[in-house]
Amino acid sequence: MRVRIAGARVVDPANSVDAITDVFIADGCVQGIGNAPDGFEIERDLDATGQILIPGIVDLRARLREPGAEHKATIASETRAAARGGITTLCCPPDTDPVIDTPAVAELIHQRAAESRLARVEVLGALTRNLDGRNLAEMGALKEAGCLGVSNALAPVTDTEVMLRAMEYAGTFGLTVFVHAEDARLADGRLVHDGPVATRLGLAGIPEIAETIGVARELLLVEQTGTRVHFCHLSTGPAVDMVRDARSHGLPVSADVAIHQLLLTESDVGSFEANAHVRPPLRSLDDQARLRAGVRAGVIGSICSDHQPHELDAKLNPFPETEPGISSLDGLLALVLDLVDAKELTLVQAVAALTSGPAAALGVERGTLGVGAAADVCLFDPDEQWTLDDASMLSRGHNTPFKGRNLKGRVRICMVDGRVVFEAPSA
Amino acid sequence: MKKTREMRSSAESLQVDAHGRLKHFLSIDGLDRGLLISILDTAESFAGVGERAIKKVPLLRGKTIVNLFFEPSTRTRTTFELAAKRLSADVLNINATTSSTTKGESLLDTLRTLEAMHCDMFVVRHAQSGAAHFIARHAAPHISVINGGDGRHAHPTQAMLDMFTIRRHKGEFASLKVAIVGDVAHSRVARSQIHALVTLGAAEVRIVAPRTLVPPGVESMGVTVYNDLHTGLADVDVVILLRLQNERMQGALLPSSHEYFQYYGVTEEKLAPAKPDAIVMHPGPLNRGVEIDSDVADGSRSVILRQVGYGIAIRMAVMSMAIGSHAAAEREDG
Repeated sequence: MRVRIAGARVVDPANSVDAITDVFIADGCVQGIGNAPDGFEIERDLDATGQILIPGIVDLRARLREPGAEHKATIASETRAAARGGITTLCCPPDTDPVIDTPAVAELIHQRAAESRLARVEVLGALTRNLDGRNLAEMGALKEAGCLGVSNALAPVTDTEVMLRAMEYAGTFGLTVFVHAEDARLADGRLVHDGPVATRLGLAGIPEIAETIGVARELLLVEQTGTRVHFCHLSTGPAVDMVRDARSHGLPVSADVAIHQLLLTESDVGSFEANAHVRPPLRSLDDQARLRAGVRAGVIGSICSDHQPHELDAKLNPFPETEPGISSLDGLLALVLDLVDAKELTLVQAVAALTSGPAAALGVERGTLGVGAAADVCLFDPDEQWTLDDASMLSRGHNTPFKGRNLKGRVRICMVDGRVVFEAPSA
Repeated sequence: MKKTREMRSSAESLQVDAHGRLKHFLSIDGLDRGLLISILDTAESFAGVGERAIKKVPLLRGKTIVNLFFEPSTRTRTTFELAAKRLSADVLNINATTSSTTKGESLLDTLRTLEAMHCDMFVVRHAQSGAAHFIARHAAPHISVINGGDGRHAHPTQAMLDMFTIRRHKGEFASLKVAIVGDVAHSRVARSQIHALVTLGAAEVRIVAPRTLVPPGVESMGVTVYNDLHTGLADVDVVILLRLQNERMQGALLPSSHEYFQYYGVTEEKLAPAKPDAIVMHPGPLNRGVEIDSDVADGSRSVILRQVGYGIAIRMAVMSMAIGSHAAAEREDG
């Protein structure tokens, strides 16, 4: 199918494009921007006046719950939500059950994703076997099975020697290590940001130093090993400063932030709102401001969903007994656009953090509308208003503190490889 | 700031109905001064009931109150039970530490089962902060929930009986300096006391503890922090001691109970900086020789045993007000 998407504002930070123009797609690839390639016969002409066309969103971290927790969600259900949300690449951390520490599990996930055909699903392999924090996983084999990096997910590697060796070994294969930087002893069994809200509610607090001590150790190990490290879901202002300084000294590090950290704070825990129970915890207003500044400055190159869908029962308990995590695929784009509306980010900064930034962190040629690139695209109406609620959510997990929020900006068409995976019914 | 206020109002509306009447009693946080005063006044009217030959009033006749205790408790459960019986209610004691919940039944399922038995009130004690809020949110609308202590979060009836004790012995709050001494970090009692004292307008609320037992940001609750007992007790009218749990006396929080007693244990001698007529309180059970010396516990300034007696009156007040608001709401609906 030869498609022209005509008259949209095309925002493609990877190629420094921000213009109202036409995009030509055929054979699964972007064939031209502005002018049609020679001999391009338009088979489908999409009038996209007033709409915005961006590369398909690359989400660095989304739990799809398969294999192992299909009562929460499946690859089929979550890729459907992704397509609806303009997300064309999802990256799945290795804490499935079984853990992605053998090629077979990676292959299973790729297989299921290929069956759904609604989004690309990438996987990170385990850093240590069964995420035990002691024995290295077979990272070479995992890389051959298509893992784009390695990670211990939320499980700690408390033994510094193991982390040193794991980084050296990952570096041997050119694998990026995705870390949840946290001093486990300062975080285990604790629930919310260690501040006034934790004190008022009598909930055990996770102090900021749990994160900064973790970041400091990993930065020293990067200096030692030269292995590329990506910091997942930073939550504190001081950690942003540390990553900025490391980058300015030329260390090969990158970072992302979860969308909820940019919009919520510790006070959203309110009176034990289980849907605001997330790890790392929602932090202070000051942390939020510094995370936003980190995205503006490019220190934090990616905004991810950190999607964690749960079944209803997972949140139906006294707060400390609820499972942490927020279901975020459905609202990701619109919530990021909230930050643009609030003038916290420019549209270009926002789109970069959703596309070219995460693609670079994963080391894949995506998040771009360059001629010849795979036609993963997201066309959205920036003015369409909608409400995030049970009816509008496609993820199987409806656990979100944003429920009931009025949002602006909704996907009209999403394509993977030039194939339409979602199209909103025309009004 | 706006956000915080919205959150507060949602917490308030969980506890208080549209007419400002007490629906559930979960936390002092979010309740206004007028409501706290009316709890104290109502308790005052019940205070004499226990001294009569017939120790009952018929206010809650025909009502069923469930003591739902997921944590062991003697004095709190007993005083709730006595309070309910003096109000002529039927009482069901469920020791959930040994019942179906240990067989894996979820809290919500336990709740639904009890609701099916047409109960009117749950008195809940649970090891997790937020458990009472959770139950109040999910209980059927005709049921009142009273928090009998949840995790480190709140123990509002204990705090109100302490306020009752202070008012009886010291009069108006506005002129009072109060020191809360001990493990504030892990204490639900301390949190509720702080909210109550601040809401009732105490002149100064201090907490006195080593830095390991002071929770972060506690100043935002309206208290002044002292790490030194001598200066912390200077000129105070009320000294409230907190129980130091056995498990805190070792490990990384404190070196030993011996050293704790040396620096924070209250003896007659260490009470010297307080006002001569200062009273000493303790929610019990006491650790003699750890947070309190026997001379003080049994001395003339101690009101510790009185507190226990006042506990029944306070619990009668809260139970009758909460069930009363439901009855009033039903009358209005009908």
